[in-house]
Amino acid sequence: MNFLKNKKKLRSYREFLYILPFLIIVAIFSYYPLYGWVYAFFDYKPPFPLTMDKFVGIKWFKSMVDTPTKVTQLLNVLRNTFAISGLSTLFSWFPMAFAIFLNEITSKRYRKFVQTVTTLPNFISWVLVYSIAYSVLSSTGAVNSVLMGLGLADTPRMFLQSSEHIWFKMWVWLTWKNAGWAAIMYIAAISGIDEEMNEAARIDGASKIQIIWHITLPSLLPTYFVLLMLNLANFLSNGMEQFYVFQNAFNKEYIQVLDLYVYNLAMGGGGYSLSVAISILKSLVSVVLLVATNSLSKLVRGEGFI
Amino acid sequence: MIKNYATKRELMKKKKKKLSLEDKIIAIISYIVYTFFAFVCIYPFYYIFINSLSANDLSERGKVLIWIKGFHLKNYTDVIKIPGLLDALKISVARTALGTLLTVVASAFLGFMFTQNTLWKRKLWYRFVVATMYFNAGIIPWFITMRNLNLTNNFWGYIFPTIVVPFYIVLCKTFVESIPSELQQAAEIDGAGTLLLFFKIILPIIQPILATVAIFAAVNQWNSFQDTLLLVTDNKLYTLQFILYQYINQASSLKALINSTSSAADLAASLATAQTATSIRMTVTVVVVAPIFLVYPFFQRFFIKGIMIGAVKG
Repeated sequence: MNFLKNKKKLRSYREFLYILPFLIIVAIFSYYPLYGWVYAFFDYKPPFPLTMDKFVGIKWFKSMVDTPTKVTQLLNVLRNTFAISGLSTLFSWFPMAFAIFLNEITSKRYRKFVQTVTTLPNFISWVLVYSIAYSVLSSTGAVNSVLMGLGLADTPRMFLQSSEHIWFKMWVWLTWKNAGWAAIMYIAAISGIDEEMNEAARIDGASKIQIIWHITLPSLLPTYFVLLMLNLANFLSNGMEQFYVFQNAFNKEYIQVLDLYVYNLAMGGGGYSLSVAISILKSLVSVVLLVATNSLSKLVRGEGFI
Repeated sequence: MIKNYATKRELMKKKKKKLSLEDKIIAIISYIVYTFFAFVCIYPFYYIFINSLSANDLSERGKVLIWIKGFHLKNYTDVIKIPGLLDALKISVARTALGTLLTVVASAFLGFMFTQNTLWKRKLWYRFVVATMYFNAGIIPWFITMRNLNLTNNFWGYIFPTIVVPFYIVLCKTFVESIPSELQQAAEIDGAGTLLLFFKIILPIIQPILATVAIFAAVNQWNSFQDTLLLVTDNKLYTLQFILYQYINQASSLKALINSTSSAADLAASLATAQTATSIRMTVTVVVVAPIFLVYPFFQRFFIKGIMIGAVKG
């Protein structure tokens, strides 16, 4: 009996040894970087190692707001972040609407075609999106050729080299890339709706719009709610890639979101410590947002999403 | 009674007729709107493709909109001559192949191990891995970590951080859990140990989910840009995505470089095949996007499966 027990124990340790290398990878690449947060409390100048005499306490946190120019810059960055995240939250129903009306296309093959084609941009990188944007929107690109050919413009429009409507343009590119993909979940949910319910409504004389309003939409709302909560939890994290590739001298003031600002500060200006300080604050706010939206979800749906 | 029934049916018919008009309007509008969406998504790719095959003096002025004008393949043979492009292609292919392989193996193995009740502190380690989905130290601490580990300007810097991805592990774990446990019990009675069980029994069965994981991982590796931007200054390690980004910004100097290798007489002879900033940009774009286009139609169902299982779990 004892022998068997030992054998079992040995097996469970041996299995642990099998996964240990992977756990170490996780520890190194996901947990260990958290230690890097200490750089925010030091006067860190790479490549020198940290020494205690470089300890500066919360100097960098204070320095974010110690001169009016810095305050203005930080406020600018926050404004851009809020504007861009706000737009995508405001239009977060778009993929749902996309899925609902896609369902109204009667030809199955055409539906499939639209779905395939609109999902494709999700799988290309932001660099490629930028390259495409550049090709289509440059002064000799397709859009300007057509506009000038039709006499709608006398001179080429500068779509990329301007800050005009930049937040909206960023939303458009984000939607171009993601909407078809985001719609897939709703499309699956729609196909899961009991056909008899639609049939019954139809026999009772409900119109298409009424069916959408009273049957389709309510059955999609739980999914929408979860995605909306996730969206809010990530309100401060727009990612930097999209904005990094689209940034230029003309739009920089309006395109620099928090993630890009953190990057530019460190890699452009060498302000590692300040940059880490900002990203710590960002992380803390993000955790609060995550917990808040999760409990909101628990309140409304009875279950959280973590 | 019968009369009543008849009127009811008539009423229904009437309603149905009225309905179908409304249906038709919605359907027509849907067709128009979705045709527009589809066009907006696909035309830019088509536009770049036909331009990369057209006469360069025409495409430079935006004259190629519907079909190829002045077909030639010189753009592609010229682009290969750009210094560094072939190296970048090799790096991109290598990281995609190796990174995908390691990610798939790790996801399958961990997904399987986290279903084994015998594993010491199974729940703790599972949470330890999955928790990393919800936090992020930020790019600068990550970058400093990578530098301390000597993974900057190092090919392995592309590979190591991508091996363990919690989302893929969750996908695999869910799939393994759906396998009848009798199968594992039978193998264990026959004396199979953990590793034998994994390689002989589990791995062949979970292939469908591995295909999903593989395609996600491969696309992510191929598209990855940020890690090159942060970690790499050695141009031998640049990826295709990264040099494409450079070309977009430096296309005019590249044009001079390539054209200088052709003789002046050649250039004068044909404006149509001399490289322009536009032609270089578009041709490289086609090269970078082509693998995605080739892979995508065959693997679309795997992508969809991935997001659906993820949604159920998440």
